[in-house]
Amino acid sequence: MGESIVVDARGLSCPQPVIETKKAIASKPEALSVLVDNVAAKENVTRYANTMGYDVTITQEEDGYTLCLKRR
Amino acid sequence: MENNKEKIRLAVAGVLIGLCAFGLVCFGNPPNMGFCIACFVRDIAGSLGLHSAAVVQYLRPEILGLVLGSFIISVLSGEFRSRGGSSPFTRLVLGFFVMVGALAFLGCPFRMILRLAGGDLNALVALCGFTAGIGGGVILLNKGFSLGRSYRQPAAEGLTFPAVQIVLLVVLVAFPTLLVFSETGPGSKHAAIALSLAAGLIVGAMAQKTRLCMAGGIRDTFLIGDWTLITGTAALFVTVLIANIISGKFNLGFEGQPVAHTDHVFNFLGMALCGLGSVMLGGCPLRQLVLAGEGNTDSAVTVIGMLLGAAAAHNLGFAGVAGKGVPTAGRVAVIFGLVFCVLLGLLKIRKAKEA
Repeated sequence: MGESIVVDARGLSCPQPVIETKKAIASKPEALSVLVDNVAAKENVTRYANTMGYDVTITQEEDGYTLCLKRR
Repeated sequence: MENNKEKIRLAVAGVLIGLCAFGLVCFGNPPNMGFCIACFVRDIAGSLGLHSAAVVQYLRPEILGLVLGSFIISVLSGEFRSRGGSSPFTRLVLGFFVMVGALAFLGCPFRMILRLAGGDLNALVALCGFTAGIGGGVILLNKGFSLGRSYRQPAAEGLTFPAVQIVLLVVLVAFPTLLVFSETGPGSKHAAIALSLAAGLIVGAMAQKTRLCMAGGIRDTFLIGDWTLITGTAALFVTVLIANIISGKFNLGFEGQPVAHTDHVFNFLGMALCGLGSVMLGGCPLRQLVLAGEGNTDSAVTVIGMLLGAAAAHNLGFAGVAGKGVPTAGRVAVIFGLVFCVLLGLLKIRKAKEA
């Protein structure tokens, strides 16, 4: 069990949040969280995570969203 | 599946946007130019007196509508957020060159699709260039290219760009004598203000909701094998294609196409520059307008870069000339732009593992 992976994609232009997520997923972690600050990034990362076999739980934060990705 | 729902939403938006674009041509816009962000921003530059090409001057209400449509929807949905600070000056210069590339070809990616749907095969050459440019952008992104993060800004900062659109609309309706209007050429061809504005509002609203992006569709297909965004572009193309065929406007070929030329090399390179720049900016010209409406001031600055690019293109003779081709100055500008983008791309590759 490694320490928890956090991808901070807040403020990055499209599609960098997805690319950062893609890089983090490459090592096939059990779980990771991705921080985003806009709805488009939230949707894009969720869609990508779903196609890569991860379930996504979304929590709304004060300045964006935290997406918790868990491998199915 | 959530994914399929999104595809259906994008397809529906693509059909409606296609109908708006086709409708605008029926009601007076130039052929294959229901929408063209590059051409319309160029016309606005002319109307504001930033260039003096007499045939391309009109304050296109479509552009104002696009921004305001996105603004209204994003406020209603709570998505409006004032943010900025991700390399604004670099974005301005990229916006400039995206415009130089698009005006060499004579159309933004949106009009490229409309031209293709009208049977203009020069747009197919341009699409190949555009795709190549996007491919280059994807390579840079994969290597870690980034213009850095944007941050929250005071609300007034994000509201200013939509407010400017309202001011321009008031000037157009109430004080048109302040503006310059073409009497001949593409700038003189336009639908009624109310129709153009309404179409802009509808398309802006739908593009905001669906994140439709002409560059994004191709980019996501390359990058992550995701066909969702490209569904919108495909639906737009098919809709306008069918409408053109039914109404007898479809005319397949390279020669004699409206507001177009057959300089294949620079149609290819112009749109390669446009595609590369768009990916580096995070979205095509249409998407930049929509983001600017959502409070993204980096995109607002990009649009100003596009406006300056359009002014320069006509003042300095970079723009493609319909029926002729791309002048030498334009060829130099396109190549210069490509070199600039590649160098910038290599410079701005983010250090790996910046936690």
